Amino acid sequence: MKLHRRYFLIGGAAVVGAGVFSVWWGDKAALSRAKQLTTGPGQSSFAGWLKIANDDTITVYSPHIDFGQGSHTALAQMLADELDADWSRIRVEQAPADYAFGNTALAKLFVPSLAGQPAMKHLPDQVFSLLARNVPLQVTGGSSAIRATGQYGMRVVGAAARLALIDAAADRMGVPKSELVASDSRITHAKTGKVLRYGELAEAAARQDLVSEPQLKTRDRYTFIGKPIDRFDIPAKVNGTAQYGIDFALPQMRVATVIAAPVRGGTLQSVDHAPAMAVKGVEKVIALDNAVVVVASGYWPALKGARALAPKFGDGGHGGLSSASIYAAQGQLIAAGKPDNHYTTGDAAKVLSAPGAKAIRAEYRVPFLHQAAMEPFAMTGYHADGRLEVWGGTQDPIQTRNLLAQFSGLPVDKVTFHPMIMGGGFGRRFPPYTQIIEQIARVAMQVDHPVKIIWSREEDVKQGAYRPQSLGQLQAALDADGRIAAWQTDYAQFADAESETVFPYTVPATARRHYKYISNQVDAYWRSVNSTQHGFYNESFMDELAHHAGQDPYQFRRAHLPAGGRHLAVLDAVAKRSNWGAPLPAGTGRGIALVESFGTICAHVIEAGLKPDGTPQVHKVWAVIDCGTTVNPKNAEAQVQGGVLMGLSTALGEAITITNGAVDQNSFPDYPILKLADAPLVDVHFIESDAPIGGLGEPGLPPAAPALANALFMATGKRIRTLPIARQLA
Amino acid sequence: MAIETSVNGKPVTFHVDDDTPLLWALREELRLTGTKFGCGIAACGACSVHVDGEVVRSCSVPVGTVAGKSITTIEGLGTPEAPHALQTAWIAHQVPQCGYCQSGQLMAAAALLSHSPRPTDAQIDAAMTNICRCATYVRIREAIHAVAGTSAGAVA
Repeated sequence: MKLHRRYFLIGGAAVVGAGVFSVWWGDKAALSRAKQLTTGPGQSSFAGWLKIANDDTITVYSPHIDFGQGSHTALAQMLADELDADWSRIRVEQAPADYAFGNTALAKLFVPSLAGQPAMKHLPDQVFSLLARNVPLQVTGGSSAIRATGQYGMRVVGAAARLALIDAAADRMGVPKSELVASDSRITHAKTGKVLRYGELAEAAARQDLVSEPQLKTRDRYTFIGKPIDRFDIPAKVNGTAQYGIDFALPQMRVATVIAAPVRGGTLQSVDHAPAMAVKGVEKVIALDNAVVVVASGYWPALKGARALAPKFGDGGHGGLSSASIYAAQGQLIAAGKPDNHYTTGDAAKVLSAPGAKAIRAEYRVPFLHQAAMEPFAMTGYHADGRLEVWGGTQDPIQTRNLLAQFSGLPVDKVTFHPMIMGGGFGRRFPPYTQIIEQIARVAMQVDHPVKIIWSREEDVKQGAYRPQSLGQLQAALDADGRIAAWQTDYAQFADAESETVFPYTVPATARRHYKYISNQVDAYWRSVNSTQHGFYNESFMDELAHHAGQDPYQFRRAHLPAGGRHLAVLDAVAKRSNWGAPLPAGTGRGIALVESFGTICAHVIEAGLKPDGTPQVHKVWAVIDCGTTVNPKNAEAQVQGGVLMGLSTALGEAITITNGAVDQNSFPDYPILKLADAPLVDVHFIESDAPIGGLGEPGLPPAAPALANALFMATGKRIRTLPIARQLA
Repeated sequence: MAIETSVNGKPVTFHVDDDTPLLWALREELRLTGTKFGCGIAACGACSVHVDGEVVRSCSVPVGTVAGKSITTIEGLGTPEAPHALQTAWIAHQVPQCGYCQSGQLMAAAALLSHSPRPTDAQIDAAMTNICRCATYVRIREAIHAVAGTSAGAVA
């Protein structure tokens, strides 16, 4: 997800001109509160994010939640590297959902417009501190943990704390700082043989003001960055002890489930409670504005009770909406020719309409997509003595807490949110559209016991916050040499995707025109966000143009990429690894695609054909990624493998469709997720460089769908322009 | 009503209605939360457990039907001191991402290996039908092969 345009608006914060700023390190109120929240006797806090105990235990507080991406471990690697810490004593904890743990570093990445202004040169930390602590910002998304929090936060804290420890050691030993060496959580003075442990120095070091711009290591001096260190979270995830939000329980807890208006935007008109109350174990039926909640002794009676109800919901005026009507409306918006946003280089329209120009045109369509995290929404709330406590998982604990306060009517300081690990998220769990936050706040206020709400899978599928359905019309003209002379993209969807989609090719005239289309569905982030549909548009169309030009798709792309650039290096590497150009068996095709997203360049080659039943069979995927530095190569490989296969899953069969304003799908049988038998081998290769570090949770995904469609074109001669592929080639 | 079973080697009496899915009896009455709720219709396998050694999807098994039977959950597959070979391999291969489906994946894999100690890829494909949204499938296959001492692409 790209945060800076939308998330900050959702947060409602006015960023600039807010007056007095506190410095990051010098934000004494926040640091003092962080210390109070996390440290006990014998423990010292550094900038809030690092705690060193007298026994040498080192705790790193992560402002990012864990929903599978592995960044807790990688963030600790980055901090420990700069700290010269003993890895065996490192652990990671989730930072509390408190303003003191607003993620300053994240703000720094996502407000480039501020950071880039000369007048702001000496202000950023102050601005970012204000932003992070007051927006407040504790987001996990945008493939940002490593490139923002790790780079601007963890490494800086580690390096600054190390300098403070060295200062403290110099004082204690009475020797010059320059003669001290830090390693393995010890500081050694070689001449005298004196050694002090970090645990012995932490208290004195923590009394110092940290250096705000410490020198960071160069890559040749990394000790933990770049190492395939085992993730901290995995042992508990293989023996059943990991506690997800859905697993939390309190004594006397009740369990509830929800049925919300099937047409998004509709409200609850009436419901007869009696059929649910007649179910053994059901204790209460609660009517919310747009949903009905059944509270029972356990999930099973709650579900039976909910299914016994026949609530009447309005459709909010959206009852006429369907997938077909959305595509039609989007096409009409483009036909009307009044884009809401328009970005150009050169004069594409002139080239395309020049006498004798032969424009090549294609229309692509992609459906709503559901994140389908394996853990359905679940949150536990307990309201007692004027306080509300809630346990669960979201992609922004601080904002979750604020929303809980808003919906419960309690002041924020009477609300505690305990962030827990999540069974996946993929963009579904951003607080503004995580409906269960409002539901648990309202329900907990009306139940005399602790209560856990669990959504059914059907509710999860039908009440989603989807990747938007989008329609793109692309056109281009080739010059006499078969090079692209002009390229124009017209697309209709809610969000302007310009800032999220990098067009890597050198084309003299380009136009990208966005037509804002608003449906009754939430415009949500979905893993890789706008790079999924625009990656599909651009890379499918590149293939079509190569075909028109009579050129090999790989060579055609090469010809449009700057020589010596990172994109070309990634493309060449994936072609080489996949043995591009080698003969293939009959019925098998090879497709290539290149997409940059979240600061990372990724290319895939996919070999695929058709099964006897005419559905696609993916034989193998090669992925090459340049994200600058891979902090943990083993986990980085997993993120890319997972991203590739999730991308294939969407291309093969996933679609949320709408009929009469409501979602048609119910559960996994009609929203099919790729399974192991259809998962090809995914060969992953990273190009390491000194380029700025890029994101990794998302960029592996976008090239998958176009590379597959391009492979199937080579195999069958049929061009896929609408996703999912499903049975189009059968 | 009281339903007597054995769970992870210990005698257990469930005091729930016998139409209650085994999943919810395990999770809510015994607080064995390693077995996960994913869909409730036996489509995803997150709730997989063993009943008398056979893998079942516990969301769709009424607890009344397991009276007198022996149930094994992820908590009983191994212990931290003596993990099942698959659990060790899952760590060595760094299989889990979000981890939510992995209890079910491990129970399915354990059942597979108990029947086919040296499974082919085709046997793995047929047995491992649990959904993993993080798509950890490449490593699941590797880890199973590692435990079985077989290799990907090998023929039985």
